[in-house]
Parts: sequence; structure tokens; C-alpha cells
Amino acid sequence: MHETSEHAVHQHAPPTSFIRKHIFSLDHKVIGKQYYGLALLAVFIGMVLSWLMRIHLAWPTWPIPGLDKLSAVGAPAGVMTPEYYLSLMTMHGTIMVFFVLTNAPFAAFGNYFLPIQIGAEDMAFPRFNMMSFWTTFTAFLVMIAAFFVTDGPPISGWTAYAPLSAVGKDAGPGLAMGQNLWAISIAIFCIGSLLGALNFIATTLDLRTKGMSLSRMPYSTWAWFVTAVISLLAFAVLLPACILLILDRTAGTSFFIPSGLVLSDRLQPHAGGSVLLWQHLFWFFGHPEVYIAILPSIGIVCHILPVFARKPLLGPRATIGCMIAIGFLSYMVWGHHMFVSGMNPFSANLFSVPTLIITIPATILTLLLIGTVYGAKMRFTTPALFCLGFISVFISGGISGFFLAQPSLDTYLHATYFVVAHFHFVMAVASIFGVFAATYFWFPKMYGRMMSDTLGKWHFWLTFIGVYCIFMPMHYLGLAGNVRRYSAFVDDYLIALIPVHKFITIAALATGAAQLIFLFNLIWSRFRGPIAPDNPWEGTSLEWSTTSPPPFDNFGGRHMVVYQGPNEYGVEGTANDYVMQTSPEKIVTG
Amino acid sequence: MSESEMALSAGQSGHGAFMEPSPYGIQSKKLTMWLFIISDAVTFGAILMVFSYLRAGTPNWNAPFRFSPSIINGMVMTFVLLTSSLTMLGAVEAAKAGRKAASLKWLGGTVLLGTLFAVLHIREWFHMFDEGWRLFQNPTGGPVIFGAAFFSITGLHLMHVISGVIALIVIAIGYSTDWLDANHVETTGLYWHFVDLVWMFVFPLVYLMNASR
Repeated sequence: MHETSEHAVHQHAPPTSFIRKHIFSLDHKVIGKQYYGLALLAVFIGMVLSWLMRIHLAWPTWPIPGLDKLSAVGAPAGVMTPEYYLSLMTMHGTIMVFFVLTNAPFAAFGNYFLPIQIGAEDMAFPRFNMMSFWTTFTAFLVMIAAFFVTDGPPISGWTAYAPLSAVGKDAGPGLAMGQNLWAISIAIFCIGSLLGALNFIATTLDLRTKGMSLSRMPYSTWAWFVTAVISLLAFAVLLPACILLILDRTAGTSFFIPSGLVLSDRLQPHAGGSVLLWQHLFWFFGHPEVYIAILPSIGIVCHILPVFARKPLLGPRATIGCMIAIGFLSYMVWGHHMFVSGMNPFSANLFSVPTLIITIPATILTLLLIGTVYGAKMRFTTPALFCLGFISVFISGGISGFFLAQPSLDTYLHATYFVVAHFHFVMAVASIFGVFAATYFWFPKMYGRMMSDTLGKWHFWLTFIGVYCIFMPMHYLGLAGNVRRYSAFVDDYLIALIPVHKFITIAALATGAAQLIFLFNLIWSRFRGPIAPDNPWEGTSLEWSTTSPPPFDNFGGRHMVVYQGPNEYGVEGTANDYVMQTSPEKIVTG
Repeated sequence: MSESEMALSAGQSGHGAFMEPSPYGIQSKKLTMWLFIISDAVTFGAILMVFSYLRAGTPNWNAPFRFSPSIINGMVMTFVLLTSSLTMLGAVEAAKAGRKAASLKWLGGTVLLGTLFAVLHIREWFHMFDEGWRLFQNPTGGPVIFGAAFFSITGLHLMHVISGVIALIVIAIGYSTDWLDANHVETTGLYWHFVDLVWMFVFPLVYLMNASR
């Protein structure tokens, strides 16, 4: 150990007490699992909220048993009021975007596999790492507390548009304490995410093992790294925005509240602010946030797909270049969320151009993935299916992006279900498919047991068909002029569209129920699944060079040396058809 | 090795025979301080943008600061903070050369100047409170948004100065007892210079551009 003294400081004995081992653990693997658990809890709550909304949209007069227990005011006798519908919608969006789509693909899998994939023994700052999880967890508790305050969660949506979010209880239910809790929770979440981002970047740059040059890093590691850079700059803007919002709400300032606003027959004691300012700040964060949700899943798919296609990913450098380009461009397009906000229409044109430019790297990425599959002898395992599903939903959701990027079309479509369909496909479902692929792919490594492939395939097909049944019809609803954020369509021209809503609701309930297969598979395989070998999928990256599950210091005291890129599949003239990153053998090309 | 030692040493080591060299050739801690500075610069950038946006959108803007005492006080504060950057530079140079006693003296000077800046700033705040300034009140009859923006921006900066002073005290104690080393002095120096740099944007934007004629 002495000659390795510089490196040896990393080697530490595993903790023995339950609390240090499982709760306040410094081990990146435990912290990754904690993030995953939090995301799983959050996605369950978020899904139930979407069910409640969907049932109300399809059958607006049906009482939902037990809902009056959650809020007697918001849902008298189980039928939700329009305001309570908005409360549920706010919480659905907030929980899903922040606590699921940001946590699961990035914080959970990134924490677990980024250090392993670069051959490190832990993150650069394990204590920071623990702090970021517990900060995020605190933010979650504060957010959930909004359900239990007097008039429930805020009604201002996950974007918390001012002045609705800034003025307080005069504007509607949930805007007193509920909105305070929302703003505080998001501010805390920003701090946790910033800590995490610092840690990810420092780890990627500084803790790579011998031979792991930047160009040899797996695509998933690249994606987590780029995402961390985006987080570092995006959450740094949301944090002051939330603090200013809290000041507006509690200290009497008026950054986001204009003069002369009359609400509930009361002149608001505010003057001089700008409502558009909030949107500018929020979307300067919000658009990069969309890529924080999707980029890790893109990286995960780029990492997993070649393993099952048994051939290298097409255009390795182009792939990484596209990820960086997407990250860079994400900061120039925030105004495309504001085409109908009253912003100067000339700015709308200005924001439209970079938005359309983003479609270039996104399209190149998609084509490279399709090109990788083309002509491949695919191994159709569950993770492979979810990768192919990812490509499908990413295209389906991406294509509507071409329409929405243009102000002339967006003006008509912006407030309709077309937008709901677009962002659910391209950001939510695509990202979640990446998480599913990652779960099935890495579960054997994390727990040392295989997940059931049969159940996995059932889960995939039901989910895949299900999400198309839910979100495809929403495009038509939107084109037919069905506005979003309305709690019911009972008394106007939209009544003709109710059958479509009923279909979507049934599909949503069924698809949600299909997730029970996944949950069962997860729990059953954890305890009863067949024992996993070290490299069940015949992958090349470093996580497959250690035991399943990895020991406390990831490689059992060994120092990994990397000789190859992560992409050596289908190599001719080798014993297997692949070459591990740690294998020193020379690859003869040509 | 205890866990605190481990957390302490993690990241400042490890570029031996088993690791790829860090692309910037600096410790992880110093790299992370640079990353934090980038992130924090974006935060200040956002809040200064808020101020500029609101000012540009307010037609009846009046510049409330008279040359005496406001601008003079601001200039003295600027001088104090700039000087503290100079003493910080002395502390870092001395620490690098291994002259611990000299470094500690320079650190002490920096702490004193930082504290003086904070005291001058808080004194100015209290004067403004006496004149009737609040987060939501402008005694000069101009836009109330000025009070909100002024106290938010300078408050955020003052918070950075006070945390910096506390950090400097901790670092100085740690350095004098050999618990911390010259690298910690340098990393804290990066932060201190950044806080100074931010003031060089705050002072013209918030003070000079609001000086009444």
C-alpha cells in the first residue's frame, strides 16, 4: 500500500453500523440507490395524480372514493373542483419533472455508475454526495407537505407563472402556504442539484483511472458529464429566481408583480414588477432542464444499444459532439416557451431559429442509433427492447417539435393538448424508457441477480402500446382545438371530444397497472432472481470488469487500466466478439 | 483512516501512476472552487439581469444616490475590498513560499478589511432604513423596485462577503495548526477574488448608474 500512498487515501474500510451503511452513507452506490428509491416513490405519487386527473377529465361527475379525505375543500364528496384539478396538475408536473426525470436517469444511475465506469472508487467528494441526496430528500418532503396545508397545493403549474404564483391567497386556493412550500422546496432542490453537479464534473475530470482518456469514456458517462455541466448553469438561475419569488410572496417586494393589479376586488399592494421576467428566468432554467431529463437517457441508450446490437455505435465522435451541441444550444432557446406570452413577436422569430437548429444534432443522434441497429443481429432482451422503444417515442415526440418550434404554428397549438403530447413523448416517456432500459440492464450489477426477462417483455409491450394509446390521440385533440389545463370539457364544443378522453383515461389506467409487473419484477428479482454472472450481457465497459454487485471500493483494491474504447463489439478475430476496455489485446482493423 | 480524513483527502490526491492526469493539472478541490465560481457568477448574472430588465422597463426611474454620502461611501467600500484582494494575494504568495507567519498576517489583514467592508455596508443599510428605504418603499418618490433590487443584490453580495470572512478565519486557524495547508489558502483566495470581482459589477450598476446629478 505504501508505494500507492497517493491513491491509497481513497481506500477506506466499509462502514459497519446500519445508519452509516444504508442511511447516511458516503458510498456512491448506496446514494445512487437512494436516489432511485426516491424517484420510484415520486413516480408512484405522480402517476396516481395523473390517474385522478384523467378520471376527472373523462367522467367529470364521478366521485373518486377517498379523494375527499385528501382535501375536503378541494374535492367535496370526492368530485374535484376545477381549482383542485389545477393543484393536482401542478404537483404532477413538479414531482415528475424534478423528482423523477431529474433524479432517476441522472442522479440515481449517474451516482451508481459514473465512478465505476471511469474506474474510480467513489465520487470526488463523498460527503457532498450524501448532502446532495439528503437536500433533495428534504425538498421532496417540503413539496409533499403542500398536500396537507389548509387550501392544498398551488394551482400555478410546475412553471409557477407570475403573477399567479407571486401574489398570494387573493388569486386562488393553494397560493398562500402551498405556493410558499413549492418555492422553498424548489430552492432547496436547486442547492442539492448544484452540489451534485459540482461533484459529477470534478469526478469525471479528475478521477479517471489509467488509460481512461476522455475519448474512451462510455457514452453514458459522457451524457452524465454534459448533463452535470448543464445543471451547474441552469439551477444557478432557478435558485435566485425562487428566492426573488419568495421575497415577492413574503417580504412585499414586487419583482414579478406589475402595478395596478386587482384580484378578488382588492388592489394588490405591489408596483413596478414584470410578469414576463419570471418566465424569462424560469425558462432560462426550464429549457436546459428538459435536456437534463433527456440527455442521460440518450447516453444510456447509446451505451446499451451496441451491447445488444453486437456492433459498435455508429459515429462515436459525432454522438458525443451532438450531446455537447444539444447542451450548448439549450441555453439559447428558452423563448420558444413564450411565443404566446406577450413577448415581442420579433423575439419569437429570433428564438425559433436556434430551436430549429437543435433538431439537427437531435436528428443526427437518432439516425446514428437507427444506423447502429441497421443490419445488426439484435439480441432482443428487455433492455434492448426499451432502447428501441426509446428511439420510437423520441422520434414520435420529436417530430411534433418541428411544428411547435415555429411561432406561426405554435400560436395556434401552444395552449392545446398537442403540446401535452409533444413534451410527454419526447421528454417524459423517452426519458423513462431510458430509465427502464437502464434498470433492466444494470439491475444484475446492482443486486447480483437477474431480472425476469419474460415479465420484462410483458412490461415493455404493454407500456409501449400503452403510451402510444395515451399520447398519440392527444395530438388530434390538440389539432381539434382541445385546450389544456382545463378540468373538464362538459359544456362547450369540446363535448364531442369526450370519447377520446375516455379512451386515453382507460389507456392511462391500464398502462399504469402494467407498471405493477415492473414493480413485482423488481422486488421478486431482488430476492429470488437467478444469480447474475459478472458480465451477463457481454458488455465492454468497466462496470462489467468487477463483481456483481461491486465491492465497497468498486474493484476490490485492484487498479483498473484501460486500453480500449467502450465500443469494441463485433470485433473479428477475437475469442468472443467483443473486447473489454481493460483488455490489453491489440485489435486488428481492416 | 477516519472518515473525516478520508472525506478531506478525497479529491486532493490520486494523480499518481494509477490515474489519468487531471486535464487542468490542479487539485479536485481547486477545480470545484472554479466550478462553483462559474455557477455563482451565473447566479449573480441572473440577479443583475433582473435589475437591468426592471430598470429598462421602468419609465419614471430616478437616480436616488447623492454623491455625498452614498457614492463616497461606496468608493471607500470599493477601495477597502480591492485592498483586501491585494492582502489576499500576499497571503497566497506567502503560503506558497512556505512563509506561514507572513501568510497568517496577510490573512488577518484580509479578515479585517473584509469585516470593515461589511461594517461600512451594514452602516449604510441602517442609514437608508432611517431615511425610509425598505424592500417595498422608496422615500425619494421613485420606483419602489429600486429598494427591492438594491437590498437583494447588495444583500446577496454581503452574504458572500460575510461567509468569506468566516471561511478566512477558519482557514487561518486551520493553517496555523497545520490541519490545513497552503492549497486551502489558495482555494479560499479564489473565492475571495471572485467576491471582489462581483462587487466591480455591482458598484457601477447599482451605485454609479444611480448617482443623482
